[in-house]
Amino acid sequence: MIRALGRMGISAFGWLGRSWIFLFYVLSGMFGVIKRWRDLISQLYSIGVLSLVIIVVSGFFVGMVLGLQGYNTLVDFGAAESLGVVVALSLVRELGPVVAALLFAGRAGSALTAEIGLMKSTEQISAMEMMAVDPLHRVVAPRLLAGVIAMPLLAAIFSAVGVYGGYFVGVGLLGVDDGAFWSQMQSAVDFHEDVMNGVIKSIVFGFVVTWIAVFEGYDTIPTSEGISRATTRTVVNSSLAILALDFVLTAIMFD
Amino acid sequence: MAQSKAIETVVGVFIALGLAAIVVLALKVSNISTLAGNDGYEIQAKFDNIGGLKVRSPVKMAGVLVGRVAEIMFDEETYEAVAVMKIDPKYRKIPEDTTANIYTAGLLGEQYISLEAGGAEDYLEDGGEIEITQSAVVLEQVIGQVLYNKASGDGDKE
Repeated sequence: MIRALGRMGISAFGWLGRSWIFLFYVLSGMFGVIKRWRDLISQLYSIGVLSLVIIVVSGFFVGMVLGLQGYNTLVDFGAAESLGVVVALSLVRELGPVVAALLFAGRAGSALTAEIGLMKSTEQISAMEMMAVDPLHRVVAPRLLAGVIAMPLLAAIFSAVGVYGGYFVGVGLLGVDDGAFWSQMQSAVDFHEDVMNGVIKSIVFGFVVTWIAVFEGYDTIPTSEGISRATTRTVVNSSLAILALDFVLTAIMFD
Repeated sequence: MAQSKAIETVVGVFIALGLAAIVVLALKVSNISTLAGNDGYEIQAKFDNIGGLKVRSPVKMAGVLVGRVAEIMFDEETYEAVAVMKIDPKYRKIPEDTTANIYTAGLLGEQYISLEAGGAEDYLEDGGEIEITQSAVVLEQVIGQVLYNKASGDGDKE
């Protein structure tokens, strides 16, 4: 019993320690990524561009749902013109960064873990080491950087599309006044307070999700079962990390 | 090579889209266009009670946004609240005897400072002070007064 507890503790701290050492080693290879920018571009393609469809579609639907629900509540108070404020603030501050990051973890994070895990189990990683090519610098670093670059762009696209989704439902279908929708939104949403804090949030999320994904892939037990468990862990851990970090960041930013 | 060029193009489009989205959020969704930066000149006014006025609350003249509240302080000498307003440099001609009132947008909306121009020939400079002010209407006080008047009115009838 006590031994089991000890074993759990040791493995948990070992995991934590390995992930930090891994991170610092990868970060030390970031300069090399700038020299090999073509790697970065192809990673931006598979991480960012391929996530674009799911981000745009879900952003539009989330915005439309916000428009519908917000309208139903606000119209009781005769404040339907504030719909723009409700939609924009909730998207820019919370839903944009958080939902985009959750989708990103499911779409790109799991793919990253599986890709690196499979590289490890087919001994491509060992082969690179044999050829004196550092796999952490060559394989992992461009992926991490691509995740950090892609995430805020995806979150911004999500929020912008969502606002237009809310506009489509509110102004187009439910008949909220066009001018009031935008002008109330503009007077309530602050660029530095709201938009930039949302961008900062999504940079943090992008970093954490990609870090978890590449680490789980690299740390996997090189069997098919190990890869599947690592992929699951990526999605679960990064979702939990996003939600917990979101609370912390919100508490710091919007006190 | 052709394929990698296609990928580069698509990635370029993706980054441009993302940046465009941030620009949309900045210009269309948030208020960066209405009062950008910190330029403008400051005037101040003392109020007995500022109610729910906050930093960044709007300052309006004839209903038009001319500036925002930059700072709210408490004057320990006179026990009054001092509201420092940053006025857009476009609006230079605010007469010296302007009055400042704190109004509420709608019944329960946010509070703002409304400036009503006087007739003086001289205009307020940077650091100028508005002498004539009217405090915020505190809803509880109004309700209290209405109840008091009603009670005394009923008393007169009997």
